Amino acid sequence: MSASPNRMPRTADFAAFRDPDLARELIARINALVADRVIYLMEVCGTHTVSIGRYGFRSVMPEGLHLLSGPGCPVCVTANRDIDRAIALARLDGVIIATFGDMMRVPGSSTSLIAEKAAGRDIRVVYSPLDALDIAAQNPAREVVFISVGFETTTPAMAACVLEAAERGLSNFSLFCANKATPAALRAIEDDPQTRIDGFLLPGHVSTITGAAPYRFLVDEFSTPGVITGFEPVDILAGIEMLARMVISGAPDIKNAYPRGAHREGNTVAQRLCAEVFEPCDALWRGLGELPASGLRLREAYAAFDASRRFDIEVEPTVEPRGCRCGDVLRGRIAPGECPLFDRGCTPEHPIGPCMVSSEGSCAASFRFKDR
Amino acid sequence: MCLAVPGAITRIIDASTAEVDMLGATRNISLRLVPEARVGDFVLVHAGFGIQIIDPEEARETIELIREMDELVAEELPAPDGATA
Repeated sequence: MSASPNRMPRTADFAAFRDPDLARELIARINALVADRVIYLMEVCGTHTVSIGRYGFRSVMPEGLHLLSGPGCPVCVTANRDIDRAIALARLDGVIIATFGDMMRVPGSSTSLIAEKAAGRDIRVVYSPLDALDIAAQNPAREVVFISVGFETTTPAMAACVLEAAERGLSNFSLFCANKATPAALRAIEDDPQTRIDGFLLPGHVSTITGAAPYRFLVDEFSTPGVITGFEPVDILAGIEMLARMVISGAPDIKNAYPRGAHREGNTVAQRLCAEVFEPCDALWRGLGELPASGLRLREAYAAFDASRRFDIEVEPTVEPRGCRCGDVLRGRIAPGECPLFDRGCTPEHPIGPCMVSSEGSCAASFRFKDR
Repeated sequence: MCLAVPGAITRIIDASTAEVDMLGATRNISLRLVPEARVGDFVLVHAGFGIQIIDPEEARETIELIREMDELVAEELPAPDGATA
């Protein structure tokens, strides 16, 4: 199979999404459009949180246009109880833990995975869950548990991984699944009387998988508009402008400003794989509490790959960090700088709450970009 | 965490694996979620998996739409509070 020259995509096709002139034009348009209105928009994607901070968009928005960060960081919304469970699994004899790098420093009730690693537990950071399968193949006498967190973007990779483990006959591989579905969090934010949201910047790469349909309830039940948004500066500004237009005209809809990466129907192959391997379950979210059908567990047919069913673990009593207001930050009730611990005891070097640990956490982004 | 980086497929290795060029770095990815991907396609790569083929034509259309959006709907919107229409 060879590439014909006209099929080779050029990076220039995407350069316009970083065009500073177009970005400046959009900023001017947003300012003229919003004028002195008060509008609250929320992004629910950690990658958006970082982009908005990096490009300093808050400082160039109209005074009344507020950009809030919601529960968009999978590490941050993982409940302490689940961190403690992961740590309990790491303490089992003969177990190798594999996980994403972001999980390592998140404090549980009394320790973290990185502290456990320092204490001699076998905990390995991987880029892809497929790397964990290779570790399992190389260590047939050991049990390999992948600690899985993530939203819809990541869940299909986990489903494919379980199917591949079954195909390769890797009976020493299992998954601890704390994956979550984002629409449940949007509903929890909408139901919160303390938070006013006029529109949502919807996560581009979650939508790559799910398509637009799961967000329809925002319009149908809450009359709140949403725009599926990409990650380059022009993507984000266009998403903000489209949202502001719908808020002002009072015509809410779910629009797609990222059609190059997210199709209306999503990735149906990925959706099928997820449905084959996982079923919805209730899940505990930091800050949002227990949300119905917002988590995923392995179906009975794949129970052999479910670490929760496979291992009997003793989990320490849950202790929440004192004074930490990550829960309120995740709900958009307060800005990171309004937490009494922010930069006063809680910093990226010495994080107390998960929103300061993860590079995509609202507090870490706010700290790093001095965007408070 | 939902970061996905575009990569260009340079070689199909087997039914479910491809080699991609990601901004100069070469690595293998799984095509299990994008089985229709071919050499020359640009794919979004997340956690070692291609998750979507990016359509350059859609990219061009989006930019055109953004450039024109201002004129398209300006008249439909109510004037800002206190401003004269």
